[in-house]
Formats: sequence, C-alpha cells, structure tokens
Amino acid sequence: MDQDLNLFREEASAWLEKYCPKSMRVPILDQKEFYWGGRKSTFDSKDQQIWFERMLEKRWIAPHWPVKYGGGGLSLKENRVIEEEMERLGCRKPLLSFGITMLGPALLEFATEPQRIKYLNEIVAGKIRWCQGYSEPNAGSDLAGLQTKAEENGDYYLVNGTKVWTSYGDKADWIFALVRTNFEVKKQEGISFLLIDMNTPGVSTRPIKLISGISPFTETFFDNVQVPKDQLVGDLNAGWTIAKYLLTHERQMIGSMANNRRKLSDIAKEQLCLKNGILMNPILRTEVARNEMDTEIFNLTVTRAVDEARAGHHSGAVSSMFKYYGTELNIQRQELNMALRGSRGLEWESEASSQGFEARTFLRSKGNSIEGGTHEIQLNIIAKQILKL
Amino acid sequence: MSLVLTEEQQMLKIAAKEFLIEKAPIAFLRKLRDTEDEMGYDPELWLEMAAMGWTSLTIPEEYGGLGFGYVGLGEVLEETGRTLTCSPLISTSLLCASAIQLGGSLGYKHQFFQELIKGIVYAFATDEQSHHDPDYVETKAEKAGSGFVLTGTKTFVLDGHVAAKYVVSAKFEERIHLFVVDADAVGIQKERIIMMDSRNSSDVSFEKTPAICMLSGAEETYHRTLDIGRIGLASEMLGATLEAFQRTVAYLKERRQFGVSIGSFQALQHRASKMFCEIEMVKSIVLKALQMIDREDENLAIWASMAKVKAGEVIKLVTNEAIQIYGGIGMTDDEEIGFFIKRARAAQVTLGDYNFHLDRYAKLHGY
Repeated sequence: MDQDLNLFREEASAWLEKYCPKSMRVPILDQKEFYWGGRKSTFDSKDQQIWFERMLEKRWIAPHWPVKYGGGGLSLKENRVIEEEMERLGCRKPLLSFGITMLGPALLEFATEPQRIKYLNEIVAGKIRWCQGYSEPNAGSDLAGLQTKAEENGDYYLVNGTKVWTSYGDKADWIFALVRTNFEVKKQEGISFLLIDMNTPGVSTRPIKLISGISPFTETFFDNVQVPKDQLVGDLNAGWTIAKYLLTHERQMIGSMANNRRKLSDIAKEQLCLKNGILMNPILRTEVARNEMDTEIFNLTVTRAVDEARAGHHSGAVSSMFKYYGTELNIQRQELNMALRGSRGLEWESEASSQGFEARTFLRSKGNSIEGGTHEIQLNIIAKQILKL
Repeated sequence: MSLVLTEEQQMLKIAAKEFLIEKAPIAFLRKLRDTEDEMGYDPELWLEMAAMGWTSLTIPEEYGGLGFGYVGLGEVLEETGRTLTCSPLISTSLLCASAIQLGGSLGYKHQFFQELIKGIVYAFATDEQSHHDPDYVETKAEKAGSGFVLTGTKTFVLDGHVAAKYVVSAKFEERIHLFVVDADAVGIQKERIIMMDSRNSSDVSFEKTPAICMLSGAEETYHRTLDIGRIGLASEMLGATLEAFQRTVAYLKERRQFGVSIGSFQALQHRASKMFCEIEMVKSIVLKALQMIDREDENLAIWASMAKVKAGEVIKLVTNEAIQIYGGIGMTDDEEIGFFIKRARAAQVTLGDYNFHLDRYAKLHGY
C-alpha cells in the first residue's frame, strides 16, 4: 500500500511539475489571483485559465469524489498526497470553492441522486459558485436559534428572513441556507436545509465593510422568495444534522487554509538582520521558531487524522480541534508578520504594499477565531463531545 | 509510511501497558522511594522486562535481537511514562545500545549486545555541567599503549551508580568520540544523587581510566545517539502527559463543589480542551520522529528537537494544570498526580529542555 502510494506521489509530483504554469506556483499577493468560478467570474490571467482547465481535465478539482459526480474517483489518501505535493511545489489551488469544501461533502452524504448529479458536477466544472446562509443577526454562536422561515405553499417554499456574514454573498450564484420550517418544536428539530438560486426574485444582498477595508461578507435578504420543493436537501426539519456535518467540513477548511504561504522564517531573515547566522532579535526569533514548528506539527496532525480515518478511527469533534488550533496558529503568524515588517507592514494604500495586503490580511485574521464557530464554541464542543465534561 | 501504528506495534504497546499496570504501577515507584532502595530500580522487574524482549527491540537479528525498530521501543517507553516506571530502559536500551549499534565494531557488537539483551546495565555519560550542551566536552582521551585512557568528570549520569559499563563522550585530537568503559576500571569515582523524580543519577569522574574501545563515527555517532535518546524521552513524556491528563479529566468529573462536578465549569472545560489539542500535536510529532529513526532519516536532528520541544512544553502545561485542577489534594504526597510533575521536570532537563531545542531548531533552519 505504502509502495503504491509512493509511486502515486512520484507520478503526481511529476505531473504537477510539468503542467502547473510557473506563475501559478508563486504565493498569492492579491485576492483576485484566486479563481472561484461561477456565473459572474472571469479568469484573472491566461495561466489561471490554463491551470484550471488542465486540472479539470485531469479530474483533480475534487480528486476523491466519485467519477459520476465529476470527481477523480481517488482515495482520501491519494487526495491528501495531491494536496501535499501541491503544497510542497507551491501550486495554487485551481479553484477555490465552498461547493467543494463545504456543500459537496454534505450533498454526498444527504442529497438524492438527481441532486448529487446536478449540483456536484456544476461545482467541479466551476459553473456555480456557492455561498452559505447560516448566521443571522440574532443567531451567531447560538446558531440553532435562527428565525428565517420557509412555509410550504403548493410546490414551493416561501422564504422570508435575513442572513448575515454570508461569505461572498454578492459574488455567489446559489446559497445553501438553514431555514426554520417548524416553530413549535425544540429549536434544533425545526430546521431545514434549502438550496436557493440567488437570481430568484426577492433575494438581495448588501456588503459589510470590515476593519480590513474589504467586504468579503454580505447581509442577505429573503423577501417572499419562492423555492421549488426539489431544492430541499434531506428530510423536512432534519436540516440541523446536515448543518452540523457541513460545519465540521467548514472548520477543517478554515483550520487548514494555510496553503501556499511563505515560510515565516524566510520573512524574518529578509526583514531582520542576521548576526553569525542568528536573527538579531532573540525574542522574535523564539516566537518565529515556535510558530513555524507548531505549524509543521499541525500539518503532521492533519496527515495523521487522515491516516487514522483510513484505518477506521474517526471522531467528528476533531474538526473543532483543527479549527481552533489551525486558526490560532494563523492568528499568531499574522501578529508575527506585522512585528517583523514594522512600519512597512502598516502601509494601507501604496503600490509597494499591493494596497496594504499585509495589513489587511492581518486585520482579516482577527475574524478567524470568530467565524465558523468561535474559539470558545470549539472548546465547548471538545469538552462536551470528546472529554465528556 | 502512514502516521499510525502497525498491528504488530499496536500489540506490543498493549502487552507493555498490561505488563506495566500489573507489575510497576506508581505505587511501585513510591515503594522504591520510601524504602530508600539502594539500587533505585528493581533488578527482578528489569530482568522480566528483558524477558519481554524490550531490551532487544532495536538490536538487529544477526546479533540475537528482535530488529523490531524504534517505533516499538518508543511505544514501550510511552507506556513506562504512563506508569512512571523507573528502570534502566532509557540509559541502557535507548542510549547505550543505540551508540553501540551506530559505532561498534563487529566483534564488540557481538559482545556488548549479548550483555545488553540480557539486561546488563549500561549508563550514558556526557553532560559536564548543569545545562545540557553536547558541544561542551572537557573530558579528554589520551593514547595509552594500543588503547585510550579517559580523564574528566561527568554529571547527571542516569543509572550511573548501578551500571556495569559506561558509554562516555570524550575529546581526542579536537574531536568528540564515544568510548566504552568498564564501571570497575581503575580511576573511577561515582556518587549517587537521587533526583526530584526519585530516579538514579550520578556524578562520575574518570582519572586515567582505560577504555575498552572507542566507537567509530565520532560526532556523527555521538549526535545521532543523543537525537535517538531525545525522541525516546519525548515518547516517555507523551505517556506521562496522557496519563496525567486522563487522571485530571476524571477528577474534573468526580470532584463536586457548589453541588455540581467542577468539570461543568466552562473556565475549566476550556483549559482541558486546550490541553487535549496540544496533546494531539505531541502524538503526531513523537510518532513521526520515531519513524524517522527507523528510516535512518538524515534530518533526525530537526525531528528530535521538534519532538523534545513539543513534548516538553506540553508536559509542563499538563502537569501544572493537573496540580491546579486537583487543588490542595494535588499538593499532597498521598495523591499520585504529584509524581507526574516531578518526572516531567526531570525528563525535560534530560538531553536538553525546550529552550535548548527551540534554539537548535532555529539554528538548523539557518536563523
């Protein structure tokens, strides 16, 4: 098995070396260098398009999904090998997609066959960009308290309410949303999972400007929106289970977003003086080393979890660990990055700073311990589900 | 190589766990301590450990060993960490057997391995001051006839007062080499010092003491032996961390105040959850580093430092939190949790604490 995998690793690596354009192997400096797909998208460069199309043809957009849904039919282990090799070679992700990282796994688990065929193939081909409608103005950490309602009416549901913190709500084509379909029962038991085309009359969005000056989130409004009944995933009032399942994937994704970044120590070597091969500021040096080491160990832990899952041990709450620990490492990294760059790191509007890329990324990282369930919620989940406290 | 144990490794671990819980629980360490045992370990138990094959795990089959590898020894060490079992496993099987494997001649390997498998105690002598610094070796070796004599003073020699042989670092012509020395050779003085963890340590001095032989490979053998030792220690520390954490979580559920179990308080839950995450990280790096020894990886120094840093930081966190969460009862000698913080601190200092290894990690990465 290990031998087969080593062979696969060599082949994957050789293929990536050959077919990943050079410009797709340098670290991202601007959000627009990410390709998200969807009806409203265009490619930022020729290479970006070539890279996406080659990966699509190779069936490596979602390597571990079944072939009939647009995947490559590979094992989780092989999927991880591709991820590792891409990371090692610095290859950018050809398609960033909440469809792949969040909705897809939930559809694979809970959707009907016609739903899977339609939606999963669209996701892989980059045709539809998805966003998530979970949080509401009065349902944050207490997500199950959501109030957006869907009422049955002939062959459709009538949806009314407001979602908030919709990532890229203004850029997405469809939204997967949690809606209340029963107000009479325990709050978790009256929630359903709906797929909604954002072109439907009555759907509108308003961007939220963040401390980073960027607006990656929107408020999303539903005003008498008619949603065909075949866009319900799973049973009516059984949406909370799907929501939780999907959240474990979201958490894993947020926790392991550390893809394609420069090594912190390389930034340190460039920004600070070395004397006899040692960074001049011993305090920063220690913190850089600790963050770099912990990041390496965190990645090993991701690998170990995949290996253990393959060997049949799996715990859902582990995603809370990855979310908490991975985001914490990123938050520390951003703090250190700012410390290493000094006043240069503060530049907000300048050519040299790519319009404040570092400063804005730092500020954005403050949201990492809030979105997808706060640090505190993750620690609650670990305490209850794993430690049984 | 998957980052999980093979079935054979898993079986060895379970057998070790069962054996140690039955034969050498913490009460056993308490008894050794309270009876002021002169040996500081139980030779009978040690022979049983040898009979279980633990002294042979890393010794190649052509010398009568099991050739099972370091992941196996690491799993056994992890289990000895859970029960805080003191035995010569670290000094003899982890350190000295590794040095001989790396630098022994064919003839000497046959001779020494035979003894090591049987459980003859060998002690590894390198530190010369209170802080581990592998480059600071003042002990010198001089030519004498066809062999060498050693002169110098070593400290923090684990099992130094009960060893039959020593593996000693010494300088010869500006390079550091390892030498094997008979413990009753002339010019040796040893003084046992009982440490905080109730384990054996000694100061050992050599005055023109003849060596049996010099191991080959100079610094390469020396540093690799140390790295193997550090990874094995990290494995033992992981075991102690897991046990201390398990006991602490059980205590959180059991101890009631204000009419509820204290584990229902969020302030304590969050601290327990953070410890859980940190321990998961230790598991990953320890297993990876053990596998890298078996793979004869050339970057073992980096893996060893990573393992020792992470295991050291986390055992400190967990044993400190354990005492705090146990409260007053954790401060009493009657409660066993206190034994864990004592072993944690001793293991931390052995072969470099996390300050030493974080610094080394940065240096190895060119900063």
